[in-house]
Amino acid sequence: MTETLLEIDRLSVDYETARGDLKALRDISFDVRKGEIVGIVGESGCGKSTLISSILRLTAPNTRFRQGEVRFKGQDLLQATERQMRDLRGADISIVFQDPMQTHNPVLTIGQQMLDIQHRSKDSKADKLARAAKMLGAVGIPDPEARLAQFPHEFSGGMRQRIAIAMALMSEPDLLIADEPTTALDATLEVQIIERLQELQQEFDCAILFISHHLGVIAELCDRVVVMYAGAVIESGDVREIFHDPKHPYTRRLIDCDPGHIKERARVLPTIPGEVPDLANLPGGCIFRDRCEQAMARCATDVPPLTQLKQGHHAACWLNHEEANT
Amino acid sequence: MLIFAIRRFGLAFLILFVAVTVMFLMIRAVPGDPVQIMLGPRATPELQARLTAELALDQPIWRQLVIFYGNLLQGDLGIDVFSGRAVTDIVFQQLPHTLWLIFSSIIWSAALGIGIGAYAAAHPNTLIDRITAAISVSFVAAPAFVVALLSLLIFAVNLKWFPAIGAGEGFWDRLNHLVLPAFAIGLSWVGYIARLVRASMLEVMGESHVRTARAFGINERRVVMVYALRIAILPVVTVIGVGMGFLLSSAVFAEIVFARPGLGKLVIDSITTRNYPIVMGSVLISTALFVVSTALADLVNAWLDPRARGSK
Ligand SMILES: Nc1ncnc2c1ncn2[C@@H]1O[C@H](COP(=O)(O)OP(=O)(O)O)[C@@H](O)[C@H]1O
Ligand code: SF4
Ligand SMILES: [Mg+2]
Repeated sequence: MTETLLEIDRLSVDYETARGDLKALRDISFDVRKGEIVGIVGESGCGKSTLISSILRLTAPNTRFRQGEVRFKGQDLLQATERQMRDLRGADISIVFQDPMQTHNPVLTIGQQMLDIQHRSKDSKADKLARAAKMLGAVGIPDPEARLAQFPHEFSGGMRQRIAIAMALMSEPDLLIADEPTTALDATLEVQIIERLQELQQEFDCAILFISHHLGVIAELCDRVVVMYAGAVIESGDVREIFHDPKHPYTRRLIDCDPGHIKERARVLPTIPGEVPDLANLPGGCIFRDRCEQAMARCATDVPPLTQLKQGHHAACWLNHEEANT
Repeated sequence: MLIFAIRRFGLAFLILFVAVTVMFLMIRAVPGDPVQIMLGPRATPELQARLTAELALDQPIWRQLVIFYGNLLQGDLGIDVFSGRAVTDIVFQQLPHTLWLIFSSIIWSAALGIGIGAYAAAHPNTLIDRITAAISVSFVAAPAFVVALLSLLIFAVNLKWFPAIGAGEGFWDRLNHLVLPAFAIGLSWVGYIARLVRASMLEVMGESHVRTARAFGINERRVVMVYALRIAILPVVTVIGVGMGFLLSSAVFAEIVFARPGLGKLVIDSITTRNYPIVMGSVLISTALFVVSTALADLVNAWLDPRARGSK
């Protein structure tokens, strides 16, 4: 078995709000091994962005880490000093944040920003710029030298997304985290970016934590997948396993909603009847119960634990427990 | 950028034209015969008639306006009735005093205000943030005339650190004379700019590109000073540009309290004596100052913010 790179262990994160604590993440556990691509899926608002910002501790000021550990190469990042975190950021771990339109500084040229992120290198400015141009070329931006002098607003959304990916790969990180990097793009561009990511992953041998609500992309790109619902992991496992034999009704519904093929993208985002429970006021029992067609009496009272069903396949649903059916 | 600058200054001239025309008409609308007030009750009818003709006051108002602009285009603002000197000479003699006062006020208050605001925003809700907030608000609230009179009493009369009145001779003496008036005018601006920069900084610091900069381990000082402050400063530049108008009126006031020469004193003196050419000259220059400074602020913003330039 390959070495574990990132371990999220029973992580719980709240947002302090005027309405009380919003339980954005509850008891999240999963890990990412070296060189592996792990996907995270789930509807909007289920806590995917909160999760990845928590890894690098770049969360909003009202975030409270309640419990758990985020271990990277064995070190608990939630206990690390700010200095240690800064040494990891953009070096061992890089992030491509959601929303490419907001991700770059609007008043600095792309070249300047790509220079700045190489602050750890002792190379000359000319060498750094040459590296930046080479990287832009690698993600498919034509005429990269000239474009370094341009500002973010002079690029399209798809171009900015590529730039963000290029910047994240500059340091050849051990772990690349990408938050819905293809959501803003049309289907053709999406395929291009995914293929590019696969090539780059081969070339740099980094692990990727890839967030999307497009299952087709996950199926194409990832080795393993983590399915999140309302701030909790409800199923996780090998991609083939999950797609062929989903063990949680939510996962099954997601797959039904999505063509599951990268080339034919769902025109609308997957929609499942019913509403996500209020995170500030969670119901008891199974969090999916209100929307579940197979809910049983037990589901209203007991929280189904995330249990291992077979090697590398976990799910949190009472349907998988023999005694529940009796 | 060049096209932007040309368009912006074209607009500035248009504004200047409208403002000066309005001022011209307003001054003529003040009741009372200006010639009588200027020459006093004992002037002979011939003298009154000559001055009326000289100032073109016997012409219909639109002709007066045309004559005014005609002369203006030749750089002629008329002759001062009392001294017989060219108005342009008189105005340009006073202008540097006022400019020095305004610029020194804005420079010290912007530098300090931006520093305080940026520091407070980088350390929100700490003790220092609260202290600077309290100080800034009290600065904003302090009326300039109280500050002027108090600082005059304390630093000039009691402590004798700075001279009380006049403008001084030679560079260092002039600078020394500027300290108290610039302090009085600028103090509330320090508070105002500090609050503005803090609010603007906090907003920018929450934007996603700042998180990106941090996600690359760029050191916090650079994130604050370059990635955030360059954007947070934009509204401040605009406020300073527009604030030139307020600064001009503060300057009028400071010139009276500190008995300094300058445009302010000139305007006040000439309005009371209905010295039309001087009033119009001063109004023209101050309006030009205001219009040019707002245009400059827009240009600085365009230079700082590529998005504001429109096309390249
Ligand atoms: N700073 C914040 N304060 C309060 N609530 C927040 C904050 N950020 C996100 N949330 C809420 O937390 C939940 C999870 O959000 P997010 O992690 O962005 O989900 P996703 O990325 O899966 O769409 C949502 O209900 C969102 O409204
Ligand atoms: S535990 Fe019950 S309510 Fe929850 S998903 Fe399974 S069957 Fe549905
Ligand atoms: Mg998100």
